[in-house]
Amino acid sequence: MTSPHDRAEAPYWTLPGLAEGAWRSTALLPGTAIFSLAFGTVAAQKGLSLADAVLMNALVFAGAAQLVALEVWTNPLALGTVASIALLTAIVNARFVLMGAALRPWMGALPAWQVYPPLLLTTDATWIVGMRYRAEGKGDASIYLGAGLAIWAVWVAAVVPGYLLGAFISDPRRFGIDLMLPIFFAAMLVQIWRGPRRAIGWAVAGAVALVAAQLVAGWWFVVIGAVAGSIVGGFVDDAE
Amino acid sequence: MPSEAQFGAFAGIVAMALATYFTRVIGFWAMGHVPMTLRVRRMLETLPGAIVVAIIVPLMARAGVPGLVGIVVTFASMMLRRNEFLAVALGMGAVSLARALGL
Repeated sequence: MTSPHDRAEAPYWTLPGLAEGAWRSTALLPGTAIFSLAFGTVAAQKGLSLADAVLMNALVFAGAAQLVALEVWTNPLALGTVASIALLTAIVNARFVLMGAALRPWMGALPAWQVYPPLLLTTDATWIVGMRYRAEGKGDASIYLGAGLAIWAVWVAAVVPGYLLGAFISDPRRFGIDLMLPIFFAAMLVQIWRGPRRAIGWAVAGAVALVAAQLVAGWWFVVIGAVAGSIVGGFVDDAE
Repeated sequence: MPSEAQFGAFAGIVAMALATYFTRVIGFWAMGHVPMTLRVRRMLETLPGAIVVAIIVPLMARAGVPGLVGIVVTFASMMLRRNEFLAVALGMGAVSLARALGL
């Protein structure tokens, strides 16, 4: 019995892989820029300094969590609020825990000092570019790093004009920006399709997530749905 | 000399960063401590697609008709051309158009 991971390459690093990773993320860069512009505008309205907005984009690099944090941000920010903002951030980013777990079969053979720095660049966009590449059975971990750096650079740069020019993207919804991520993920789903066996788990993930989204606030529906689908996938046998 | 207000914002940003880094590394780390049985490997193989579907379905359902239009256009484009850039552009264009039409 074989599975894709039996045939997939062991992880390695190359210099051209960095450029290829950046290239593979280009479809996401315009949307990332517009999201960052919009975040800069909100940050300015909430009274963050420009330096703080840039610093937050550079260090946190997680758009959805940053927007949620700004919802409860106060100026000045009381130290007592810091802990609750950190907790809120971790909750919104809980899906990264699963994304990291899914990277284990690919990057598990790398030494820790090589794998944890690129992991810090994990975003939805970085991760999906990486998984799409991995689905081709190839192992170059530089793809992940290259994609992460390209998306990070755009995310950090675009917040400046968004902050300074203010409301020139007053309604990102009009351009479909709020749906960029699910649309990109839908495109990727076609690429990582590997036959109906895994689709059973995926269908369960979608159904459970849909129900969870009605019952639980925030981003928990991703975690609940994905865990349910993954468990089902673990018990579906190849031979059928 | 930074004021207390500036320090509060800085502390908030660093705390958010540390919380995010934790979520980024803990899943990978934890799976290194789980025996890689056949079942576990199949779960991990199902996981990427399961995450993707668990994100798409509720967000698109929430977006109503424009979301449905966007996803159908994206899938159709991917099936026909296999070009991600084109598919995302067409999908987001379809969402904008559907919203402009008030669907």
